[in-house]
Amino acid sequence: MERLNRIRLEMLCRSENEALARNIAAVFTAPLDPTVEELTEIKTAVSEAVSNAILHAYGPEKDGPIYLEMEADKTGRITITIEDRGIGIEDVQKAMEPLYTTGDNRERSGMGFTVMESFMDKVQVNSSPGKGTKVTLIKLLDRIHGF
Amino acid sequence: MEITFEMIDDILIVVLSGELDHHSSEETRDNIDRTYDTFQAKHIILSFEGVTFMDSSGVGLIMGRYNKTRERKGKIAVVGCSEYITRILDLAGIYTIARCFVSREEAVAALDERGEGEIWNA
Repeated sequence: MERLNRIRLEMLCRSENEALARNIAAVFTAPLDPTVEELTEIKTAVSEAVSNAILHAYGPEKDGPIYLEMEADKTGRITITIEDRGIGIEDVQKAMEPLYTTGDNRERSGMGFTVMESFMDKVQVNSSPGKGTKVTLIKLLDRIHGF
Repeated sequence: MEITFEMIDDILIVVLSGELDHHSSEETRDNIDRTYDTFQAKHIILSFEGVTFMDSSGVGLIMGRYNKTRERKGKIAVVGCSEYITRILDLAGIYTIARCFVSREEAVAALDERGEGEIWNA
């Protein structure tokens, strides 16, 4: 499908970048005429995925890059990837279970992946220990469903 | 994230405004807990009316405050949740631990133990 736009952003592993990433995602999506609800859903899912990378990818030093990539095509399909080069996830299926947290007792809800899955059309996680994690989020804007 | 506090009897009302994510929730949490301890409050009402963005960190915030109030046999209530915030809270089943009210006044009336015949369902 013909590409409309594409961006790739590298950011430091800093929690301030959660807001930066989701706002960039919103600005990227806005010209595609999403509903307010769709825009909020995309912002929330991106916030969750970037938060996960910031919190878990690089251990306490939090030293390493996080990449945000977004691509939109003419049908209104938005593909977002959030990628890190961190420690990876041992058991992806388990990490995606509702309420699962790493138990670092810092009041995590364990709902990050559940929120992503609920708000996006597709969520895919590729991870290998020691190499990093790549989360792919796909959103099909409603106008392509024929509304 | 801006926070303002109000005390009515032993109820701490926390009015949140701005964006709530993992970055801002840490400071928010510390701020609430400090105030809760300083004023020796029992119950907490969290007002989300002014919250313009929230991810699952809001769930963690409520769960954590729920545990705090339980230590003092208090309860937690949330008010002013938009449809979108409700969606996230519903996903996590938060309404089983925190009752949701339309207005602050309603929440205060329900929490105030001197209120007559109020039954707490949460």
